[in-house]
Amino acid sequence: MKAITPRAATVRRLLALLLSHAVLMTGAVFMLLPLVFMAVTSIKPPAEVFEATFRLWPRTFYGLENFQAALKTAPLFHFLLNGVIVCGGILIVQLIVAIPCAYALAKLEFPGKPVLFALVVLGLCIPVQAPALPLYIAFAQLGVLNTYFSMMAPFFLSVFAVFLFRQFFKSYPDEIIHAARLDGVGEFEIVWRIVVPSAWPAIAAFSVFSIVAHWNDLYWPLIVVSDAKLATPPLGMMFFADSEVGSNYGALAAGAAIITAPLVLAFLLARRRFIAGITMTGIK
Amino acid sequence: MSAIATAPARAARPVPRRWVESLAGIGFATPAFVLLVLTNIAPLIALAILSFTDYEMGAVDINSVGAANFSKALHDPVIRRSLGNTFLYVAIVVPASVLLSLLVAILVHRRTRSRGFYEVVYFLPVTTTLIAMATMWQFLLHPQLGPINAVLTSLGFNRVAFLSEPSLVLPTLAAIGVWQLVGFNMVLFLAGLSAIPRDLYEAAEVDGASHPIDRFLRVTWPLLGPTTMFVTVTTFITAFKIFDTVAVMTRGGPMGSSMTLLYAVYLEGFQYFHLSYAATLTLIFLAFTLVFSVTQTFFLDRRVHY
Repeated sequence: MKAITPRAATVRRLLALLLSHAVLMTGAVFMLLPLVFMAVTSIKPPAEVFEATFRLWPRTFYGLENFQAALKTAPLFHFLLNGVIVCGGILIVQLIVAIPCAYALAKLEFPGKPVLFALVVLGLCIPVQAPALPLYIAFAQLGVLNTYFSMMAPFFLSVFAVFLFRQFFKSYPDEIIHAARLDGVGEFEIVWRIVVPSAWPAIAAFSVFSIVAHWNDLYWPLIVVSDAKLATPPLGMMFFADSEVGSNYGALAAGAAIITAPLVLAFLLARRRFIAGITMTGIK
Repeated sequence: MSAIATAPARAARPVPRRWVESLAGIGFATPAFVLLVLTNIAPLIALAILSFTDYEMGAVDINSVGAANFSKALHDPVIRRSLGNTFLYVAIVVPASVLLSLLVAILVHRRTRSRGFYEVVYFLPVTTTLIAMATMWQFLLHPQLGPINAVLTSLGFNRVAFLSEPSLVLPTLAAIGVWQLVGFNMVLFLAGLSAIPRDLYEAAEVDGASHPIDRFLRVTWPLLGPTTMFVTVTTFITAFKIFDTVAVMTRGGPMGSSMTLLYAVYLEGFQYFHLSYAATLTLIFLAFTLVFSVTQTFFLDRRVHY
């Protein structure tokens, strides 16, 4: 092995550091490109948007006009509200349904348990797009297309939530459950008042996963909703981009910014929760 | 009468514990089971039955047509094209996003002060609504008005019609797919990297692996094996389901050159309402994803443990 002088080693370390930052920064530019572009376009007047030479910062601030134009063309805040209703509704039912089932699979003996677990694992392999067609036909027959219910119902059961919570509950100490039973605490209370509070990390992780997935989902809302009043943010964005504002790029960017902001802000505020959630769930 | 009679009896001799447990178990599992049947099992059975019929939206009668839908799909040029396009898209997105995210994760993992910054920047695209970002990409890539072409022409290159040139449209969509996936995969790789004990690197160094590439090949790569496998399979499934960017940016065009399988399923089922044919296509779509989702589930089973 060659002897390396301390000085040469320092130089090498610095070079390596410089190189890795150069690589990471190049990637970072690519990552931020559409976001930065959206931000600056949303505050540019039309004349500057269409200039031949690209300038990052606008000379005249036109943000107010663009955001006003965007909000006048489409009920963007209403889309966000729809997103909150749909994601919130889905998540609440998912938790209410999956938690007891996961507890039963983890801690209770009951007939049909192995079959149910096999079905849950099988369900993990089925993409949501597979049952979409029969569900659509059923919803059309029932006359519930274009309702919040039709947007939420297919996702009420998350086999993934059952699977994740079951794994989590399995490691919950049996002694505590036995002690609670001896004290006369019912199974229902054991689940919701004793076990659930300890499963907070898994519940938070799943919530992040569920909200990110359904907030950004386009496929299912596109199928069941044609009424713009019910559009979730991605669907609303699609209607919005197709509308006459489509050629007014400043307003389009302003609209995109309004649609994108809630989840991005939530991520920036709760970065660790998001990353922990993705690490724990690891599946989109 | 019986209520009065049994109440003291129950207090004296409690119902066997086993029964209570079974009852509670069934009670807790029933809502999930009913929903599983309604939203997954029954629709899949209906899908299988539909695919052997000629059912269309609004049709009064329904006839069995055997495997006619399957042979139609097999010879349908649109479906063949969309399958080929989907595979090409997957063939670009999977290796590119897995390798790039591995590189980024390794570089980010060593940073101390700037780690948080890079994590946020690379993860941001995951949280953005892809439809909104697709609109921005469309503008960025615009042949006349887009800044990317402005940069290209100022550097002396010709203008590139990223989304209207048939040979370029899929690679362009793939680049956007990679853009969206890198941060997600990076987070998974970072978790894998922090699980590697530090002393293994020191041991490798003692053994003569002093160069970073040696250390990577001897320690990082083998120990990241399961993570890499998991990330690859997950990325495959996501990439195979490409829909959003096609629906917003190209609608399968120009001339079918960005038609993908899920988009074809969507058009047949929910735009043309050829329900039985769409059911057949969904089954084909399911067959391809199943291979990978079964692998993924196997990994999930081993990954998630506390």
